[in-house]
Amino acid sequence: MAKVEFKVPTVGEYLTTPDLQPGVMAKSAPFKAAPRHQQALGFPGELVEDWEQRAVAKLAELLKKYRSLRVHLDACVKCGSCADKCHYFLGTGDPKNMPVARQDLLRSIYRRHFTLAGKLFPRLVGARDLDPSVLEEWYSYFHQCSQCRRCSVFCPYGIDTAEISMAAREILDEIGVGQKYCNEILGKVHTLGNNLGLPPPALANTLEGLEEDVKEDTGVEVRFPLDVQGAEVLLIPPSADFFAEPHIDGLIGYAKVFHQAGVSWTLSSYASEAANFALFIGNYEQMRKVALRIRKAAIDLKVKRIIVGECGHAWRVAYSFWNTLAGPFDFLDPRYPVPQHIIEFTHDLIERGAIKLDKEANDQMRVTFHDSCNVARATRMGARPGGQFVLPREVIKASCNHFFDMAPETIGEKTFCCGGGGGLLTDELLELRVKGALPRMQALREVQKEHGVTHMAAICAICKSQFSKVLPYYEFPMETIVSVHQLVSNAIQLGTNS
Amino acid sequence: MPIMTVIYALLLYGASAVFVLGVSYRVFAYARTPAPLKIPTMPAPVTRTGVVFRVAREVTLFESLFKSSKWTWIFAVMFHLGLLLEVLRHLRYFIQPVWFWVVLVQPFGIYGGMVMVAGLLGLLGRRLLIARVRYISQPSDYLMLLLLLGIGLSGLAITFLDHTDIVSFKAFVLGLLYFDWQPLPDSPLLLAHLSMVVALLIVFPFSKLLHAPGVFFSPTRNQVDDARERRHLAPWAAQLEGAGDEV
Ligand code: HEM
Ligand code: SF4
Ligand code: SF4
Repeated sequence: MAKVEFKVPTVGEYLTTPDLQPGVMAKSAPFKAAPRHQQALGFPGELVEDWEQRAVAKLAELLKKYRSLRVHLDACVKCGSCADKCHYFLGTGDPKNMPVARQDLLRSIYRRHFTLAGKLFPRLVGARDLDPSVLEEWYSYFHQCSQCRRCSVFCPYGIDTAEISMAAREILDEIGVGQKYCNEILGKVHTLGNNLGLPPPALANTLEGLEEDVKEDTGVEVRFPLDVQGAEVLLIPPSADFFAEPHIDGLIGYAKVFHQAGVSWTLSSYASEAANFALFIGNYEQMRKVALRIRKAAIDLKVKRIIVGECGHAWRVAYSFWNTLAGPFDFLDPRYPVPQHIIEFTHDLIERGAIKLDKEANDQMRVTFHDSCNVARATRMGARPGGQFVLPREVIKASCNHFFDMAPETIGEKTFCCGGGGGLLTDELLELRVKGALPRMQALREVQKEHGVTHMAAICAICKSQFSKVLPYYEFPMETIVSVHQLVSNAIQLGTNS
Repeated sequence: MPIMTVIYALLLYGASAVFVLGVSYRVFAYARTPAPLKIPTMPAPVTRTGVVFRVAREVTLFESLFKSSKWTWIFAVMFHLGLLLEVLRHLRYFIQPVWFWVVLVQPFGIYGGMVMVAGLLGLLGRRLLIARVRYISQPSDYLMLLLLLGIGLSGLAITFLDHTDIVSFKAFVLGLLYFDWQPLPDSPLLLAHLSMVVALLIVFPFSKLLHAPGVFFSPTRNQVDDARERRHLAPWAAQLEGAGDEV
């Protein structure tokens, strides 16, 4: 692959809204899925002959199935309040990366085919016919949306561009133009149970290695159980936790927490993946199929609870959709929410004093926290709204002495995406990913200057991978990004209360 | 009966019918279309009552818009509040005797008209001057603002310049309501004002003015955050179950 040349945006004093630069990102597009990746998911292998009709028919079907799509396509008043809220617009200046303009790529076709005004007076209302150039635009710009929902927070009607881009990607799959990264990975989950394509023996090996490492490090026999029937907890981590830094330090953290809490747990080789990339392609059936693997693993292993590891979109699917897709989970212990987040689990232990943390173990770090978009705007933790912001911070503060938040307009419900979510974490989109990270890098630079922050913790596998890759472009060390349970892992006092 | 009276009577009947039927049709379609997944923009209320308050805040305070852009919010509130006051003020043409509170809003109503026009000018200025907003504007977006400005300005002109015989205008309106037609006062400004109102009623169900009913149906705003507690299943999604792939 030819190396993409691009200019890394400069981090200024403040985050500024860029001037419009039409078309600068028009060439950005991910690789297309090969026919076998498409067919494995039941999609046509390549662009079908009658794609215009099929696309319109699919849109008609989606309009009947999803109220969000119907209302959101109708209700927009073009007020522009979402326009300067997208990190991809802020980082690139391409006007088609303004959320409303992104929606309009689909809305123009909707108006042409499904509204009276668009049928009678297309020019007046910005309706247009589907042609190859529209298709190209769709493929490019609907793969410049990380489905982070930041725009939806600021829209007076809650119009969610993520819903629109999911619908658009579903239409694209339907006519045979899938995205390689997502669709290839989905095939791996269906056959091997995880995104990495890690077969069970390799997984068992990795876990054994981890047991040895932790033993060497701490002298304590912390177990990483696999396929243990009758365990109390089934842990579903993102598979990145099995192999890459800093993810793996998070996994070690979970294991230490379970060990110290004396709660029996297990991983499943059948469902060793929390990620569910079907969300990104907007496909309900695929999403359901992936979720059902986890249900089956929980039943087969006769566990009582399911806990999800540090992964943003996975927590969205788990928290908001599992009950719908793969419920009811009436075979699990009704005293616990289904599913629980590992942060909820650890937070509860800390509150009850059931684990002891030595904050000084992290004294070499000055830490901030990146709210991952899916956790922040599509889920909750704990009993109260906003717990998804509070609980992770409390876990961090219990694990280290130096914590500083970034600017308020860049965290919490207004958090900026890392730039790599929504199925865009692939090398050919590097330019987009680097540019889209600008608002977060800006906020990080500010706390670095002001408070000497050295590390940024996150609870999302995509965020962690994305930051590991893009931080160096902005002259931060790659190791700046850490897992929240990595901090817990450093601080936890093993063998103090059993 | 003057020909103008007949034409305008028929136009107003027709436009009202288009408005009522058109909006009902859209609302019915929104209500009937399922929302298969829980997608409230979080943090969201965890109870129904909480959601009622959330939507009420969006409708009355434009809460999300306030988070986003203070200038747009100010102009939007000026326009919509002005419009609301004007609509309430216009109730006096439709009821006899005029209700007490409608009498009370009369003096505010006239400021409503001015505030509405000022808000509209602000919104139009934004649309013309800010490159981002200009980029996303279609001709219909400008026309909509011009139409509303036209209604507002012709209304103000009637009040301040024209002194149309509002007693006979009220007789005309009541005549329409009771199917006992009375002559429409013969004033070009009034005819212009009414023509634009007719146009507004007709375009309403086919345009972005659907944001008014739409705001109540947006799943990101009207869903309760209770996915873990209550199973949410759309009828079409329920049909996928029992297909043999469950455990
Ligand atoms: C439930 C009632 C309504 C709510 C909550 C509502 C809310 C809003 C909001 C938040 C905006 C965005 C800000 C702006 O651009 O002004 C807006 C825009 C607009 N509204 Fe409404 N609205 C309602 C009813 C109406 C009605 C009845 C009309 C007209 C007859 C109307 C006409 C408009 C127009 C034309 C715009 C676009 C303004 C522009 O071009 O900038 N709205 N509305
Ligand atoms: S969902 Fe996120 S990435 Fe997509 S348009 Fe909205 S702000 Fe941009
Ligand atoms: S904020 Fe909402 S209504 Fe306004 S332009 Fe964006 S999507 Fe449209």
